[in-house]
Amino acid sequence: MYLVQFLLLSSILFCIGVYGVLARRNAVLVLMSIELILNAVNINLIAFGAFNGAQIPAEVFALFIIAVAAAEVGVGLALVLTIYRNSKSIDLHQVDLLKG
Amino acid sequence: MNTTYLAAESGGLAVEASGFFLENVWIIPAIMAVSFAIILGFGKRMPRGGSEVGIAAVGVCFILALLTAGQWIGQVNEAANCTPKTCDYIEYSIDGVDHKGEAGYIPLDYEAYASDQAHAADDTHADDGESHDTDAEAHGDEDGDHSDDEAHAEDDDHSDEGAYPIDTNAGSPDGESASALTAFTEAEAGSTAAAAVAVVSERTWWSNGGINFTIGTMVDGLTVTLLVVVTLVSMLVHIYSTDYVAGDRRFTHYFGFLSLFTAAMLFFVTSANVLQMIVGWELVGVCSFALIGHWWEEQPNSDAALKAFLTNRVGDMGLLIGMIILFFASNEKWSIIDINAAAILGEGKGGTSHTMLLIASLCLLAAVMSKSGQFFLHTWLPDAMAGPTPVSALIHAATMVVAGVYLIARLYGVFFNGLSIGGSSINALAVIGAVTTLVGASLAFVQDDIKKVLAYSTISQLGYMTLALGVGAWTAAVFHLTTHALFKACLFLGAGSVSHAVHSFDMKKDMGGMRKFMPTTYKTFLIGSIALAGLPPLAGFWSKDEILAGTGGWGFFEGESHANGAYTIMLVMGMITAAMTAAYMTRVMYLTFFGEFRGGHHDDDHGHAAADAHDDHAHHGDPHESGPRILWPLRILAGLAVVAGLMNLPKNFLGLPSGITLRFEHFVEPLAATGYFPKISHADPSWSLAIFSTLVVAGAVGVAYWYYFVKVNAQSPSATEMINGPTERSKLLKAGHTMLKNRYYLDHIYDSGAAVGAAGATAMGSIFGAAAGLTLGFSLDNGLDQALWSSLIWGMVLGLTVFTIVYLALRTGTGIASFTKRPLAYAANWVHENVIDAAVDEVGKNSVKTADALYKYIDQGVIDGSVNAAGRGSQGAGGELRRWSTGQVQQYATVMFAGATLLAGLLIIVL
Amino acid sequence: MITTVASMVSAPVLGAVVAQNVFFYLIAAVMVIAALRVVTTSNIVHAALYLVVVLAGVAAQFLLLGAEFVGVTQVLVYIGAVIVLFLFGIMLTRAKVGNEDGLDHDNVIPAILTAVLLVLVMGYAVVDFAGDEEIDVLGNSPTTVEQVSDSIFSTYIVAFEAISVLLLAALIGAIVVARKE
Repeated sequence: MYLVQFLLLSSILFCIGVYGVLARRNAVLVLMSIELILNAVNINLIAFGAFNGAQIPAEVFALFIIAVAAAEVGVGLALVLTIYRNSKSIDLHQVDLLKG
Repeated sequence: MNTTYLAAESGGLAVEASGFFLENVWIIPAIMAVSFAIILGFGKRMPRGGSEVGIAAVGVCFILALLTAGQWIGQVNEAANCTPKTCDYIEYSIDGVDHKGEAGYIPLDYEAYASDQAHAADDTHADDGESHDTDAEAHGDEDGDHSDDEAHAEDDDHSDEGAYPIDTNAGSPDGESASALTAFTEAEAGSTAAAAVAVVSERTWWSNGGINFTIGTMVDGLTVTLLVVVTLVSMLVHIYSTDYVAGDRRFTHYFGFLSLFTAAMLFFVTSANVLQMIVGWELVGVCSFALIGHWWEEQPNSDAALKAFLTNRVGDMGLLIGMIILFFASNEKWSIIDINAAAILGEGKGGTSHTMLLIASLCLLAAVMSKSGQFFLHTWLPDAMAGPTPVSALIHAATMVVAGVYLIARLYGVFFNGLSIGGSSINALAVIGAVTTLVGASLAFVQDDIKKVLAYSTISQLGYMTLALGVGAWTAAVFHLTTHALFKACLFLGAGSVSHAVHSFDMKKDMGGMRKFMPTTYKTFLIGSIALAGLPPLAGFWSKDEILAGTGGWGFFEGESHANGAYTIMLVMGMITAAMTAAYMTRVMYLTFFGEFRGGHHDDDHGHAAADAHDDHAHHGDPHESGPRILWPLRILAGLAVVAGLMNLPKNFLGLPSGITLRFEHFVEPLAATGYFPKISHADPSWSLAIFSTLVVAGAVGVAYWYYFVKVNAQSPSATEMINGPTERSKLLKAGHTMLKNRYYLDHIYDSGAAVGAAGATAMGSIFGAAAGLTLGFSLDNGLDQALWSSLIWGMVLGLTVFTIVYLALRTGTGIASFTKRPLAYAANWVHENVIDAAVDEVGKNSVKTADALYKYIDQGVIDGSVNAAGRGSQGAGGELRRWSTGQVQQYATVMFAGATLLAGLLIIVL
Repeated sequence: MITTVASMVSAPVLGAVVAQNVFFYLIAAVMVIAALRVVTTSNIVHAALYLVVVLAGVAAQFLLLGAEFVGVTQVLVYIGAVIVLFLFGIMLTRAKVGNEDGLDHDNVIPAILTAVLLVLVMGYAVVDFAGDEEIDVLGNSPTTVEQVSDSIFSTYIVAFEAISVLLLAALIGAIVVARKE
């Protein structure tokens, strides 16, 4: 197996995630897209670990990323709930407090 | 303890001292710092306002200082009795090369060594020019291996005297001793003598670019001396102050700063490197500022504090520049020992070049002039008497002001070689010291304020110390520092005791006849005065006489040649000062303690008393003696002023054995063999000189006694000057008196701030330009041309000088007031009268007319029009911009991602 | 089953490699399609379920690379917990069950352009950098839980503690943010 195939898969997932973050109006969907991005990074990490023979550190850090992602989802969903409570909607199009 | 000792060309042996107190001396300043923190934090809640903490701390410090001193004395004795078999000698090394076993390091036969030293001393002193030549030669092969160079130079140096260690026939040392006593002569009995090396213990706290920044302590005889003096005087002043400032509203604050000052001073004297010295130097300056301005509610007090602080800033600039030059010039070393060793080693052997040392020592001299009140930066010291009297005793007489002297003594290798002290007959240090001592003594004559007399006397005595260092009499200077601290503290505290009774410092108005009311104060003050005047056998006599002998100038009058330069003129100036000192102290004695009491009848005059507002309930009637907490410090100091001189009896004094004479020199002065102290020669004590100087002093006392006690007193017991006295009969004397009254017009010169702003800016520019050039020069290392080098440096020195003068004109005391406050006030007044008032009038007169015109043309036409236009313009611009400012975070994110992607793509393609 | 393939050291090398590649591409294809569905479907619940597929695929890739413990954790944490959290979020925000209009932003075109540009740049960079680097999967023995835990609790103990504090902070933060005043 080539390293590049994992990296390419990871790139594609990453870009799909980026698209989701940029193009989705629903806040929960944006959060899901962020999960895609994080998983793409994790694939990279594990693939490089296997390639370099540094599997253990790679796996440890992948685990840390998973933990951080879980925390991020928790806080992110709490934010979404707050937005929903305040504007009865989680449509990001309507969250335009920064509008000039 | 990893200091690298550069080998002195003297060779010889050195033993590393050790001992618990010597290695852990940091405890002493730390105790005082903790005391400061406690007083600051909890002092107000303590029953005695925190003073008990300060006294306890300084007491412990004093005991620790004594223990340290004891351990040091033991170490010196041990080293002196050393034989190569019983002691471990330090292995000298240059650049890590072990030189043990080379010619210079073989234990030497004493006589051969001593005679050799005498020769070497002669040589260096006789022909300064030649040493310059060798410098130049050595510079040629500077790039060669330093260790090789060193070995060569060693051979060269001694080739003209025969093989170095073997030359036993060069004449007996006694034949030469009139001119030069070697560092080794005191170790008479042993066949070899070893020098005790300073105990250095330090830790690295930061390391960058291969340079280790350390913090640590260095203890040798000089440090120990200062430790004992500072803690002793500080302890007595603490005790004295509990009475003197009792009831003061900032009592706790006062003791807090006393603690901080003591901590800073102890930190300064125990510094192992020059960075620490700078820190301690500035800290004592801050404490001095805070304590001078202790009663800051009075404008003159806060002005005096500011003046002291700013004058010291002038010198601090020199300190900073000097230290930086030393750092780069001595192979990027901060350590005092390394800097000294490199300076002593000299350019030809891998040490510091003479030019660098000259520049650095001149810069440091500026710092010394400001801190130690040397002419012409001394003007702050008399003003500093605005502080509480115990503070004047501790800071502005006994300890802080000697910091400058201590700096020279500590970095003596730098000054000794930089100013060619050993080989010249005149140098900046000696000249400044001599001028200062004369100026101070002459000004002390005309003061009516007893503290001002003592302040000028302090300036004069500090000049004495500087003079002594300038002529190479190191030990005499440090000895005088010690004795002066004792008797001057005694005098100041005595003056404080008197003023405590009469609520004034004015001798002519409020004193007179005090000996009846205050017998103990009178006795102690008398002892202090005699010690200061230098009459045997009190402390001042021994140290003063040692300085006079140390000038080496007496030989001139005896028709001898002498080795220590022809400092004859310094001797003469010192002698004149001694006479003047005796005379003005007699004047003070008469005005304060004799005649008739002149105070007590005018209670309205509380100008000075309020400044010392320790007791608002003015005592009416006769003054009375102070309490025991004031008298005991006086008694102790007076007692010490009597006996302190016995510490350093001259050699062969009355046939005393060598174990009794010259103890101070033996224990305090580092030997040249340590490698960080220059080879200095000691003048022989001279009976004729001692007798002559005593006669001069006695004569001066006699003249002053005749004038005041006989002539003035005969007019009336309450008279202070003679009616129709000499100053009124002779125009010349009158002019002189006026000039002295005006303090040589120095303050006037400094206060006239005309057009100095522009000059100041120019000077600032030149100094910064020169500094930048200097930095560049250093960063280019050795590649820079020598000529460029010195031109840069000299430019900087010039800049510094110009700047100092201009800055001086700008500032100092009333100078600050005149330059900042007065012109500002004038300007504000001018603006008020000519601009504001006039404008109001004009507007009032023409308001109606103007308003009409304004409305029609300006308001309707210009203002409304422009407002409307602006509104339309911004509306249009906003309309454009708000399309980009949608508040849609995802749009922003899109732009961001796209931009980042484009940049990443660009990077990938380009790279 | 995949694990078996990855650790089949004694099997003919060629066969194992072929099998691994086949599985990789199969899983990768499923993942990409599912991921695309996550970001394009108009049903939020479906999006969450497609996300499960992607996350499971990632777990499978981990196993393929011999990172068994990470794969298992992925399944436990993501599929077991995170997805449930998402579903709760969807439910609490009263999203419609079923198709819903207007889930896409009006800057779809710029977003697509950006994503495509990004994948091109990254793809170029990746291929340029690691075009023919091979992973010696057969040479790497699968790591054990013991090894991973040893490493976490010795070498990376400080990072582990930091993560623990972070999780605690996130927990408290989530409660503070989401709680009703």
